[in-house]
Amino acid sequence: MEPKKRIRVLIAKPDLDGHDRGAKIVALALRDAGMEVTYTGLHQSIDQIVSAAIQESVDIIGLSIMTGAHLPISRKLISRLKEEKMEDIKVVVGGVIPKKDVEALKAIGVAAVFPGGTPFSEISGAIQALVNGG
Amino acid sequence: MGVARYIRDEKDAVKEVIYQSGIRVKPSYGPRDLEEAEFDYQKDLGDPGEFPFTRSLHPGGYRSRAWTTRQYTGFGTPEETNQRFKWMISHGQTGLNVAFDLPTQMGLDSDDPRAEGEVGRVGMAVDSLKDFELAFKDIPFDRIGSGLTINANATVMLAMYQAVAEKFGYSKAVISATPQNDILKEMIGRGAWIFPVEPAVRLVGDCIEYAVRELPRCNPVSVCGYHIRESGATPAQEIACALEIARAYIENVAARGLSPEDFVGRFSFNLNVYGNLWEQVAKFRAARKLWATMLKEEYGVKNKKNLFLRGLFGGGGSGLTKEQPENNIIRGAYYALAAALGGAQTTALCSFDEAYTIPTPRAALLSLRTLEILMEEVGLRDTVDPLAGSYFIETITKQMEEKIREEMRRIQEMGGMVRAVATGAIQREVTRQAYEFEKGLQNKEIIKVGVNKYTEGDHPEVELHEYDEGWAKKQIDSLKTLRRERDNRRVKEALKSLEQRARLGKNVMPDLVACCKAYATVGEMTGVFRDVFGIWEEPSIF
Repeated sequence: MEPKKRIRVLIAKPDLDGHDRGAKIVALALRDAGMEVTYTGLHQSIDQIVSAAIQESVDIIGLSIMTGAHLPISRKLISRLKEEKMEDIKVVVGGVIPKKDVEALKAIGVAAVFPGGTPFSEISGAIQALVNGG
Repeated sequence: MGVARYIRDEKDAVKEVIYQSGIRVKPSYGPRDLEEAEFDYQKDLGDPGEFPFTRSLHPGGYRSRAWTTRQYTGFGTPEETNQRFKWMISHGQTGLNVAFDLPTQMGLDSDDPRAEGEVGRVGMAVDSLKDFELAFKDIPFDRIGSGLTINANATVMLAMYQAVAEKFGYSKAVISATPQNDILKEMIGRGAWIFPVEPAVRLVGDCIEYAVRELPRCNPVSVCGYHIRESGATPAQEIACALEIARAYIENVAARGLSPEDFVGRFSFNLNVYGNLWEQVAKFRAARKLWATMLKEEYGVKNKKNLFLRGLFGGGGSGLTKEQPENNIIRGAYYALAAALGGAQTTALCSFDEAYTIPTPRAALLSLRTLEILMEEVGLRDTVDPLAGSYFIETITKQMEEKIREEMRRIQEMGGMVRAVATGAIQREVTRQAYEFEKGLQNKEIIKVGVNKYTEGDHPEVELHEYDEGWAKKQIDSLKTLRRERDNRRVKEALKSLEQRARLGKNVMPDLVACCKAYATVGEMTGVFRDVFGIWEEPSIF
């Protein structure tokens, strides 16, 4: 059997919001699940996030958003990835996400949504399925 | 309040109780526990109003004066906020606690591209003195004090508060403002930082020094354990961080030639009330004692009033849940009880809908009523420090004191708080605690009702505060008019003088007051500091 390559994840905190407790603990949980995790730090623009993702050659970008601006931010990130021809990188979103917005996020191309309180095992399981094709 | 760890046996009896700070709680306590803890009434408690103030700052406690209520308020444009301020005051609120939107906290004007979508969202948008004139219209500056929740550019907002008060005819001698002005905790927890650690701490010191010399009724810093706790720290770490942060500011200001005796009386604290009830009460009592002891023994402070740990002990947002949101009304009431039993001087409660967004007027009023009911109906004003002498409370207060001291020593071993923040050592520690806590929730050693136990039943939708996109447009139009109509030469000169003093390492406050009076914008003033100081690069903590 071929050894599985380690999944690489970028956890990203876009824009001005400084609440990154969720982002940091998910980063630790994914690392404990055997993934290679990079955290962007706070106050990142979409361009900064995209270039960090390319530089770290990640499989997944995990956006952490608490402000209610998850739709416009996700849309912007996904279209920037397309412009860079980096659609292979899958985008997942966590944070304060009302139920009614989950489908809307998926419709614009977000691969999975993890509202606050989602068990770590569910997050790492979903990411493994996304990268290894289930 | 359900955040301790409960180890149960197969019959669901509680076998072990472990508080977050690491205290193991016994099934019962008696006189032997006090002996073992070497409890000494005079040394450990003292009478209410006497050193070390474990019991209370004042002999009469709430009999002489109930707590000040200060709900965190602000949203949209200054006009909306002004209406909400007046509404809260008309309902019995006794002080203001001003929320600013993120662009204001980050020193960006409302028309900056980075501000898009955030103008007026989580607090009031402020671009210039014009906005303060609207926000504080008809507020009696000599009677109502204001907490200003601003940190990275607290200097700018304190200057603006002075400018608006003077414009309305009040002398700077009568105004009472408490800018939060605690940048180190922003770097550990809340995230609204701009400049690198050293110049950021210098600005904190400028604010304190200026207030001590020029604004006799202002408390120029509110050291916040609160947000560090919200970020995951244990109650013992919360207090240890707050005291070590306060030490860093004391040293900065003392290096300017002021004696701690002349300024530590102006420090205040903002502490969190989320968690196990008994652990919180022990924490507040131990915190008062440790602060007074540190000032007396290490800084030679003698005047009794300068040894007071004054503060806002507020109901913490991270205790609230999105699940079954009405449960948060009940949680809030118990958090308020913990604050009262802990002797809070000033208090505020997160409202039940704040797990989602900023509160509706109905939710904010309910929080205020919760606080009023405790003082007026339940009996919290009857006698001072009612839990004193309890075998249990006195034992864990001693144990809490020891846990806090241990955490303070660890921070000192990291090289002190400024260095611990610059290297990321303290952020790493707090994040690790947050991770352990979340794991505890997920494996149900820590219980949250409606989240991982008793989850059955419906989840009623709550009415939420709606963000109005129109506020941003109104704010931006007003800002554009201001830039056209003000005396732009005067603005330019004021900003230039500010830049020179910032570069020379002189106190920036007098120039900021001049800039505010010239209607320079928040973005312009903070922009000067960005040019002079640069931007902080966070240390990597993983």
